[in-house]
Amino acid sequence: MYPDDFYYSQDHEWIKVEGEKALVGITDFAQKQLGDVVYVELPKIGTQLEFHQPLGVIESVKAVSDLYSPVSGEVLEANEELNNSPELVNEDPHGKGWIIRLKVKDESELQKLMSAVEYEKFLEGIED
Amino acid sequence: MKKTRLNTSHKNLGAKMIEFFGWEMPVEFSGIIKEHLAVRTKAGLFDVSHMGEILISGKQAIDFVQFLTPNDAARLSPNKAQYSALTTPKGTFIDDLLVYCLSPEEYLLVVNAANSNKDYEWILSHKQGFEVMVKNKSDDYTQIALQGPNALKILQPLTEINLEEMKPFWSSWGKLEGEEVLISQTGYTGEDGFEIYTLSLRPEKIWEAILEQGKDVGLIPIGLGARDTLRLEAKLMLYGNDINETTTVLEAGLGWLVKFKKGEFLGREALLAQKGEGIKREIVGFEIVGAGIARSHYPVFINNKKVSEVTSGSYSPYLKKSIGLTYLPIDFTEVGTEFKIGIRDRKVSARVVPTPFYKRSEK
Repeated sequence: MYPDDFYYSQDHEWIKVEGEKALVGITDFAQKQLGDVVYVELPKIGTQLEFHQPLGVIESVKAVSDLYSPVSGEVLEANEELNNSPELVNEDPHGKGWIIRLKVKDESELQKLMSAVEYEKFLEGIED
Repeated sequence: MKKTRLNTSHKNLGAKMIEFFGWEMPVEFSGIIKEHLAVRTKAGLFDVSHMGEILISGKQAIDFVQFLTPNDAARLSPNKAQYSALTTPKGTFIDDLLVYCLSPEEYLLVVNAANSNKDYEWILSHKQGFEVMVKNKSDDYTQIALQGPNALKILQPLTEINLEEMKPFWSSWGKLEGEEVLISQTGYTGEDGFEIYTLSLRPEKIWEAILEQGKDVGLIPIGLGARDTLRLEAKLMLYGNDINETTTVLEAGLGWLVKFKKGEFLGREALLAQKGEGIKREIVGFEIVGAGIARSHYPVFINNKKVSEVTSGSYSPYLKKSIGLTYLPIDFTEVGTEFKIGIRDRKVSARVVPTPFYKRSEK
């Protein structure tokens, strides 16, 4: 379920590092909690994000949730497909439903995040 | 937390449960959008047993109901129902409700879950001088709603009640799965459909039989999430959001249910005065012109001045737009009028549109 090569935050974001860049999205658990996603407010390209800073907002039919940046970095790209097809977040949260591409500022911050195994344990704690 | 008699059925179906005014209720089963569209195009089954039921009986039951509510309950004969309200002397809402005439001396008020105790106390506090009995039956009744274009086709084979002939707001007693039920052609979705009331201790038999009967024509269970988006598209009021003890019946656009000619009722003078002077504000439906979704309590601005708040706001699954309701000063209520809604740090344009947002096509 949760890819081994991603890192995971306690806010239920994932980050997939590709060299200096990284893709960020929300986890399958998060999309299930939210329900049908109908709107994603994306950050502007070039925005400098700090660790755990709000990067945008995701709205389901019922709920509004902040998105937090799992690491510090600069926004290189936002997934414009979500403007027309926000449901991609539900359908493919770890793939086509990605939210932003970041230039990672400080790789050591990744150590504050969880591995897939750790994240699954973390979820067990929540679901109990 | 209170549980309806269908609680286990919901959990077996994998519903996501939430607390709703002290009740553990299903908010969604298979996803709000899917559920919403099923009701618009096929059929949906709702457990709405959290709704309150208050029985007023006795020789003066009709006089008491007439005093408490602005609609004309004297027009009801047995097995007829009407939409009405419990009004304060100011013409504002204690609650909105359905009044069912069960017999010439028995009226059943179906009220909001959040208000059932408040309503009961309110009714008791005005009972003096009326020869009536008032009973709060809220915990006894199971209420199931079957809504959508396939509702009749699904329900008719399960009961000997002639549903084909039943008109809107008519009701009838009969049997369903061997259990005694009251079925009415009413609902809270903007679709044709029925509401089923029963005192049965085994209402899950009814719930399961209807689901089984409808499974080949697209019937699915529906949670409170889609119930809210459905009622909003149909511009049906939600107590606590769109109407409350500060909004009058006339401001809420419900003047049609106020029957001044019927005689005295709580709020009559205030409403008559307000009608004479003209209302200063009125509820309107709007859609967001740009991007974003308005939610209840978001601020509403005209010429940079905050004039009110969104009372209900949501993404509309059927219209695929962001829609909502708010009260605007009367000079700004015309269709097409533009105003602003504060969505987080932005002010987004919204436009007054005709309501209901959604109206089912006539058969």
